[in-house]
Amino acid sequence: MFDALSQRLDKITSGLKNRGRISEKDLEDALAEIRAALLDADVELGVVRGFLDGVRARCAGEALSKSLTPGQQVVKAVNDELIEILGGEPLKITYASRPPTVILLAGLQGAGKTTAAAKLALWFKSQGRSPLLVAADLQRPAAVEQLRVLGGQAGVPVFTRATDPVDVAAAGVEEAARVGRDVCIIDTAGRLSIDDALMDEVRRISARTDPHYTFLVIDAMTGQDAVGTARRFHDALDLDGVIVTKLDGDARGGVALSVRTVVGKPIVFASVGERLADLDLFYPDRMAGRILGMGDVLTLIEQAERSMDADVVSSTAQRMMGGEFTLDDFLAQLAQVRKMGSFGGLMRLMPGMNKQMREAAEQIDDKEVDRVEAIVRSMTRAERADPTIIDGSRRLRIASGSGTTVVQVNQLLRQFKDMQKMMRGMASGSMPGMPGMPGMGKMSAKMARAAAKRLPAGDVPPELAGLMGAPESPAPGIGGTARTAAPRPGGKKKKGGRVTPPKHR
Amino acid sequence: MSAAVLWLLVAIVVLVAVAGTVVVLRSRRSRELPQGATRTLEPPAAPPPEAPSAELAAATEAPAAAPPAEAPAAVAPVEPAGLATRLGAARSLFDRVRGLRGRTSLGREELDEVEEALLRADVGTATTAAILEALEAAAAAKALGDDGVTGALRKELLELLGPPPAALATTAEQGRVAVWLFVGVNGVGKTTTIGKLAAAQAAEGHDVLLAAADTFRAAAADQLAMWAERAGCDLVRADEGADPGAVVHDALHRAASRSIPLVLADTAGRLHNKANLLEELKKVRRVADREPGQVVEVLLVVDATTGQNAITQAREFSQAVGVTGIVLTKLDGTARGGVVLAVQRELGIPVRLVGVGEQAADLLAFDPVAFVDALLGD
Repeated sequence: MFDALSQRLDKITSGLKNRGRISEKDLEDALAEIRAALLDADVELGVVRGFLDGVRARCAGEALSKSLTPGQQVVKAVNDELIEILGGEPLKITYASRPPTVILLAGLQGAGKTTAAAKLALWFKSQGRSPLLVAADLQRPAAVEQLRVLGGQAGVPVFTRATDPVDVAAAGVEEAARVGRDVCIIDTAGRLSIDDALMDEVRRISARTDPHYTFLVIDAMTGQDAVGTARRFHDALDLDGVIVTKLDGDARGGVALSVRTVVGKPIVFASVGERLADLDLFYPDRMAGRILGMGDVLTLIEQAERSMDADVVSSTAQRMMGGEFTLDDFLAQLAQVRKMGSFGGLMRLMPGMNKQMREAAEQIDDKEVDRVEAIVRSMTRAERADPTIIDGSRRLRIASGSGTTVVQVNQLLRQFKDMQKMMRGMASGSMPGMPGMPGMGKMSAKMARAAAKRLPAGDVPPELAGLMGAPESPAPGIGGTARTAAPRPGGKKKKGGRVTPPKHR
Repeated sequence: MSAAVLWLLVAIVVLVAVAGTVVVLRSRRSRELPQGATRTLEPPAAPPPEAPSAELAAATEAPAAAPPAEAPAAVAPVEPAGLATRLGAARSLFDRVRGLRGRTSLGREELDEVEEALLRADVGTATTAAILEALEAAAAAKALGDDGVTGALRKELLELLGPPPAALATTAEQGRVAVWLFVGVNGVGKTTTIGKLAAAQAAEGHDVLLAAADTFRAAAADQLAMWAERAGCDLVRADEGADPGAVVHDALHRAASRSIPLVLADTAGRLHNKANLLEELKKVRRVADREPGQVVEVLLVVDATTGQNAITQAREFSQAVGVTGIVLTKLDGTARGGVVLAVQRELGIPVRLVGVGEQAADLLAFDPVAFVDALLGD
């Protein structure tokens, strides 16, 4: 769990082993590391301080756990604290007794309000409501047109007028009532929270339309500025919730913690893509993991689900489970995985990377991945099927064909051989590590556990079970709960052997 | 076994195996520069005499403060006050740092104040640590200077930012059409920036053509069209969903046939962790770099409110298409945009332009001195 961070903390807290409790000094050292991690994640400085106080209180005088290292224990406390703050009371949308239910969206320029408005409209539609979109952004060129097009895609009508934003908003609400639409979503222009005139304008919009819900729309990549902005919008509009956008990016998203802490209102939705369907409910445990830099496995899984070609993947995976994995398979899978995102970005979403791998991951150049691919492509079919036939002259040929050196070809072949060995090990249920890549076993185990959490309880296939039994202290799984018990290897498969596949958007 | 779990396992294996392979391969090769990225993008070695007009004038506001006789290396003709007053909102942050001016020793308190100020400005932990280290070294060498802590900090920041950036290149080789490609994540202000630049070029009597190569976003071309109309310049667009490369291609040929020397190409906002979108962008750049066009600038537009993710954006976009400079937008807000210090330090990518509002005139050339002075409230 949180490998990079816990390893750093373990070094600091290693002195704890002889003592029964976490001492103040060791805790402070650990908290300094956490401070750095949170700041790197864009959590606001003041919020970080307050947060660490909370963690301090949680850890104070705690006895050392029998199953966790001290570093892991501190990180667990941090994770729990994060989830508690980010979670808290979720917002449950209740509809007005006299429709329409009015929803007002506000925020800075470029946050994603217009897209969010259309997504919300689609979401309400899926809840059986009949929403109306109101285009009250008369400031940005073609903003109205943008909402019109998106509304068309969502199958939701869009209302506007060429007057002024306050008038349009009010008229929009009236129109919704008149034609019987029971939800009215008002998109407004982006505005600086320090622009008095525009803040006054949005206050007037709020006064005239009396929204049932006012949401701040904020970009997941926002830095320290988030808090001041959120506070000023909250002061002006009395927010009910926050929508965090562009979570399909790789920003750590500390803004979520900052805004949640300072505004005290829940994060209602997470916008996770450019398509209208890409609106999720907000998952505090995922956000916690992401902020702490331990990756966001579940989002990774969903991204993969969306972009990978299931047939290609599953046929190869079947063979893999049978202990076969050829260079052809490798090539095919590489193509699939590259669809998911740039390597650097993808690595960041993966959990359990130790410091060495993480640093390497940060530096990964897609060109290098191209090189690896080129080497494999320069081989003949026969060579890919059976790399043992690749002798010196073949290596030379492959090297010149791919623009690399024989040394590099050798290294690739060696790595691949190790990988095949590991795959066979996985298939037989054990978990050998890969030389030169410590932590691989742990990482696979973590991801396997995460995947298992997504399956209906009790449905964990035996192959996965083998993976999950990786040798490691039983730290709580990703998400901070220990709900998923490790299944016994060789457990019963469900009758029919099928598991309900996750929903595809 | 469910498909979901199967591919997950394969994904892990492949991802990690490739990472491992790449790490091993890398350790055996020497560092190389990205291919071709810098070759075509250097501004002309001897800036043409009309260099000041190639830079962005502060449109109607500032008088032409740099007469043409001034050395081309001169910084933007914008008056420092212009940038400083625009960044006024940022001053209060550094009030406490300003107060350190009189202090000539660098104790714990001073260090904490400086650290807090830098972190709050999104400078990030790594670059902040480096700056503090440099300050401590200066203090140890008794070299803090007459202006005490504040002065030393100012000096460090300026050193980090480096010299004022070169003016944007406006000419390509051998009569090819020069192309400025605008890239960045969603919502940062690419289209608005192009609109402002078009207005500035038009105001100076320079012909420019806009290429609406954002074919993804609803009404993106409409948005750019409105700017083109305001600036009175030509626009090439296509239907939504069309190939962005095709738009650029058409734009280049239209520009060539009408003897328009410069094309400003808008692209769709895209998150840098989406491989397919970066591939698309690479393709757009290739098209833009083919006769009759030549890419002379690739400008990454960065929102000043962005936190540490800006570093990743700069890295990924640069790897993909070779970024020649940053346009830092929305600096008229409360965000300080300090992350550009980290980008400069870690990646060597300079800020070229600064956006300070939504109107056509709200775009200024980046002046590091004015930027740091405004931040430190001088």
